[in-house]
Amino acid sequence: MSNILSLTTFLPILGVLILFFIPKESKSVLRGFTFAVTLVTFLVSLLILTGFQTNAEFQFVENVPWIAAGPFVMRYNIGVDGISLWLVILTTFIMPISVMSTWKAVEDKVKEYMICILILETSLIGAFISIDMFLFYIYWELMLIPMYFMIGIWGGKNRLYATMKFFIYTMVGSLLMLVAFIYLYMIGSQAGIPDFSVLHFYNLHLDPSVQMWMFIAFALAFAIKVPMFPLHTWLPDAHTEAPTAGSVILAAIMLKMGTYGYVRFAIPLFPEAAHRFAPLLATLAVIGIIYAALVAMVQEDVKKLVAYSSVAHLGFVMLGIFAFNVQGMTGSMLQMLNHGVSTGALFLIVGFIYERRHTRLITDFGGLAKQMPIFATMFLIVTLSSIGVPGTNGFVGEFLVLIGGYESELRWWTVVAASGVIFAAVYMLWMFQRVMFGELNNPKNQKLLDLDAREIAIMVPLLLLIFVMGVYPNPFIAKMDPAVKKLVSQIRPASMDAAAKALAAVPVANAAESNETSEQNHTGMPAGHPVIPHEGQSTSPAINPHEAK
Amino acid sequence: MFDNVWLIPILPFIGFLINGLFGKKIKNETVIGTIAAGAVFGSFIVSCMTLYKLLSLGSEERLAEVKFFSWITSGTFNADVAFLIDPLSCIMIMIVSGVGFLIHLYSIAYMHGEEGFYRYFAYLNLFTFSMFLLVLGNNLLLMFVGWEGVGLCSYLLIGYYFHKKSAGDAGKKAFVMNRVGDFGFLLGLFTLFWYMGSTHNVWTITFSEMAKTSHLLPTGGVVTVITLCFFLGATGKSAQIPLYTWLPDAMEGPTPVSALIHAATMVTAGVYMIARMNYLFIRSPETLTVIAVIGACTALFAATIGTAQNDIKRVLAYSTVSQLGYMFLAMGVGAFGAGVFHLMTHAFFKACLFLGSGAVIHSMHGALHHAHSHDDAQDMRNMGGLKSKMPITFATFLLATIAIAGIPGFSGFFSKDEILWQAFSNPHHGSLNILLWGMGAIAAGLTAFYMFRLVFMTFFGECRITPKAKDHLHESPLVIVIPLIVLAGLSVVGGYIGIPKVIGEVLGGIPNYFEHYLDPVFKYSEEYMSVHGAHGGIHNIALEWGLMGTSVLIAIIGITVAYALYVSNTGIPVKFVAAFPALHRAVYNKWYIDELYDFMIVNPCKSFSQFLWKGFDVIVIDGAVNGVAKSVMALSGVFRLMQTGLLSNYAWSMAFGVVVMLSYFILK
Amino acid sequence: MANFNGYLIISAILFSIGTIGVLTRKNSIVIFMCIELMLNAVNLTFITFSRYLGNLDGQIFVFFIMTVAAAEAAVGLALIIAFYNNKDTIDVDEVQLMKW
Repeated sequence: MSNILSLTTFLPILGVLILFFIPKESKSVLRGFTFAVTLVTFLVSLLILTGFQTNAEFQFVENVPWIAAGPFVMRYNIGVDGISLWLVILTTFIMPISVMSTWKAVEDKVKEYMICILILETSLIGAFISIDMFLFYIYWELMLIPMYFMIGIWGGKNRLYATMKFFIYTMVGSLLMLVAFIYLYMIGSQAGIPDFSVLHFYNLHLDPSVQMWMFIAFALAFAIKVPMFPLHTWLPDAHTEAPTAGSVILAAIMLKMGTYGYVRFAIPLFPEAAHRFAPLLATLAVIGIIYAALVAMVQEDVKKLVAYSSVAHLGFVMLGIFAFNVQGMTGSMLQMLNHGVSTGALFLIVGFIYERRHTRLITDFGGLAKQMPIFATMFLIVTLSSIGVPGTNGFVGEFLVLIGGYESELRWWTVVAASGVIFAAVYMLWMFQRVMFGELNNPKNQKLLDLDAREIAIMVPLLLLIFVMGVYPNPFIAKMDPAVKKLVSQIRPASMDAAAKALAAVPVANAAESNETSEQNHTGMPAGHPVIPHEGQSTSPAINPHEAK
Repeated sequence: MFDNVWLIPILPFIGFLINGLFGKKIKNETVIGTIAAGAVFGSFIVSCMTLYKLLSLGSEERLAEVKFFSWITSGTFNADVAFLIDPLSCIMIMIVSGVGFLIHLYSIAYMHGEEGFYRYFAYLNLFTFSMFLLVLGNNLLLMFVGWEGVGLCSYLLIGYYFHKKSAGDAGKKAFVMNRVGDFGFLLGLFTLFWYMGSTHNVWTITFSEMAKTSHLLPTGGVVTVITLCFFLGATGKSAQIPLYTWLPDAMEGPTPVSALIHAATMVTAGVYMIARMNYLFIRSPETLTVIAVIGACTALFAATIGTAQNDIKRVLAYSTVSQLGYMFLAMGVGAFGAGVFHLMTHAFFKACLFLGSGAVIHSMHGALHHAHSHDDAQDMRNMGGLKSKMPITFATFLLATIAIAGIPGFSGFFSKDEILWQAFSNPHHGSLNILLWGMGAIAAGLTAFYMFRLVFMTFFGECRITPKAKDHLHESPLVIVIPLIVLAGLSVVGGYIGIPKVIGEVLGGIPNYFEHYLDPVFKYSEEYMSVHGAHGGIHNIALEWGLMGTSVLIAIIGITVAYALYVSNTGIPVKFVAAFPALHRAVYNKWYIDELYDFMIVNPCKSFSQFLWKGFDVIVIDGAVNGVAKSVMALSGVFRLMQTGLLSNYAWSMAFGVVVMLSYFILK
Repeated sequence: MANFNGYLIISAILFSIGTIGVLTRKNSIVIFMCIELMLNAVNLTFITFSRYLGNLDGQIFVFFIMTVAAAEAAVGLALIIAFYNNKDTIDVDEVQLMKW
């Protein structure tokens, strides 16, 4: 039980070892076995979920020596907290689905394909659970390789360009990050930090100029992965060329690596720099939301449209993160999961029609709703979730992000971002209309078959999640809440803490600060100062009705 | 006390699940229809029980909240799934379930034989469910769920005939325009939540809490911002200027849908929302002015368009926009009770009108189909003389028309007149009041005109349908007729629960039950007004009678003109059109507002997006990325020329290098 | 010192001959022999300095070099034979596939 995280991480690798002994001609055995491995991994990961205690600490921690090379001490140090928990579960959940999704589409080099998927799974899970920063970096780089092959070998026409672009883009960022890691370690070892554990580095107080440069290096690496405007152009290419499973994994999980990087590393390690750059990054996030929505609107390729919609959604996530408050952060975490579920589902949907028609051009379709009613219903639900209609998951995350952003200093950014909900409706519904509605006049479309049992089986779990997370998100929020609160208190820079305390001592407590005080109390920070009444007004009017009249 | 209130939304939701998931397998239309209509009827019964329980309480105690579970909790933010039972929500659930049930019933016959019959009822049930959430939700966010939910169902039902491009376009337009409104709604919510939280540490979006703490809000300022944002939401949902253009297009949906969603219930959500948060709106005179002016303008503007339309449903659509304008006028002058009253009477007579028009279209359609004619079944120019063919439809339609025209004794008179009087006498807008009243009164005249024009063109004169089809025109089946009769009856008597005070006094002191009933909902506004400006209003009984007479007179003039133009002297409209072709063209084409929007917003947006994609994304960003890659390649192209592959070259260069290095070290 | 100079001069001359041969000749066998010549020139220098400095390190290195040269001769000649089998020539200018 204590090694459950390692088990989850390395089960896929174990699967790879066994895959080597399966002859490559027996494709269905290969597929079935891979599916079984991913499914077992998912089931094992559920043990993490059930065993997870709702608190802010890292759990299931495994910490053993790994590499000690001269001054560098790396440890195999892993664990999950409320922030990574759901991302791990999301990963293990998406994997069986993506294996199923290319059951028929990939006929070529099935064995290698499955090996790629399994290695990818290990590296993704590993990256989410790494506490040791060097370990994180290893996984972070490792995940590029299988994805590089997945796009480059099983991709579409323009796959080589896309995969090179994807690889080099990401590589540029991660090398900067590596340099920053090493520099950070150097500073850390002078301050007596014995290894690469990120927990040690959280307590390291760097001076602002160092923080700034380090943050730039980290932020750039993660911004490419997210991707943020204007570093997003690899994404539409990679998505359009990748096979369905590749797109699903890329969108559902790999992009989260970027936002997760911000939450886990870039912001808590360098809080002051993060605050300094918040307006810039929020601006980019908001531009991303609007820009990607507008560009998505005029796309001719369905998959590209979905790719651009990803950029817009991730813009919301970034905005929420840089709100630096509980709602925003929670909303962002939820939005990461939501995006994983609904954009993953969208790519599956696109995959379904691509497998049937071998085209993704919107103009080639029209009126499919008549021919494929089940498909139409599922597509509609996923579309609505992507738009963020209440009752679906998309709404909860987006709403929390926006309300968090609105409460923070990013109010005007949030107002602009909120207008993104209009554009989202425009491009998604317009696409839906052009694909599904209208006359069914293309003879090729008239012969289309509706979804088969396998495809329905793939979609149903996603659709269920869409509704569960939309109607009853509180269990999800509750698990991540302590960790999020801790994070929020942690990223409040020391200078602001001092300012808050100073302000609290002044007998006119104003808005933001009484908010902060209450949060501090929540998180057990040494606050303890009472909320000072606002001249003559009751602090809790909720229980103090309008006797002022 | 209200333990079973959860049944109200859940029953239609179950209906939705059954029909949505298994409807295709059930196939039997009667079963599907019964499930759907039965579910709503169940809700109606529970609603009646709820209303009864509520009425059995004293007027001060008529407020209850039923919490089911907490929905979203994060930091200071909390939203429950909980229902608020008060007089306002009760009257709304009565309207939604009552009118909704009749329309479900009607639909069973109307949609008979349609492909996707089950889909229609599933959507209709889902709509009812969302509408219940909207009106029952005890907080802004739950209301927003219903708010978006009804918008979604509206989208689905407008696009019901999805193979028609126009239907898909109309659905999308409705959804997007509603989204523009939702944007406002969300901003209003955010600003309210943030302002109350940050200045008063009141972190709430619950209506009852908001009401109790509303005295903390200042007059104007931030409240104006909040309420204007909410009002933007209302203009989207309730089709007011500038976001009204989706509603006429929404007539692409089946007619019962137009009756339920686009006349009786959903489009009134904006009015409901303002009434629900009256304590906020009353605090911002600026917003009230904006609402009143927009309401009055919409009422008048839509009425002008209504006079020149030939499609029977489009006339009704513009009439709906216009009547919604009245409701907003009422809200804008602080007459919340009158607005809600008009909402109710409008639900009766407009649902009746739409269903009646549906019956006519249905009959026309069948007849034209028999005659293999491709004439438009909705065009009034093809109708005429239907009064003898469809007597019950005609009678009910006429009653509803009289009601909407504002003839004394019918429901529309009471509600509309109350609004007009309040517009004239309210203390909020000073000299603007006369203008508001004038616009309302003219719109009332136009309403009477175009509605009677519709009646005369459809039911009077001689039948203009192809003779072959004429014999196939017939009265509709009972399932269609019964809802018509019930609604017509309500259109006639529905007004008597809200008799204006002046009339009530003459009739022997009959109180305005409706307003008293709603008093607890508006008490915070009343309190605010009693402190801040009770002295501004006009109280002059003679004047009120005079204005009432004037508006009735205007209505009668409208009817007379319609009679003169479309019954006794049918040549005049043709001559009129010939005399003012430009005017007619402008009115007929809805003042070219759609074209204006396309020109001003839609097309620039599209071309800008094209530019962003092809110009910025591909050329600038990708150009830079590929440019870096290409320049690296170009540079290496120079250097690789050194690799000749000839051994002697390498040997020579090596020797040369050795010599250079040696000489460097030796000569150093 | 004078009698040592002679060895060194001879060594230098041998090395130069080898170098010039490597640089100018096209026949790979000749180039190969020139390389051997250069190695042996170096060997001569090693031995000279070993004598001069009075320690055996240089002579030990010579053995190393001779061993390496033998191994190199084996591999090099094999390469030349393979090359000849493919191209019917041993002209080094014909070997230029590894360019750009």
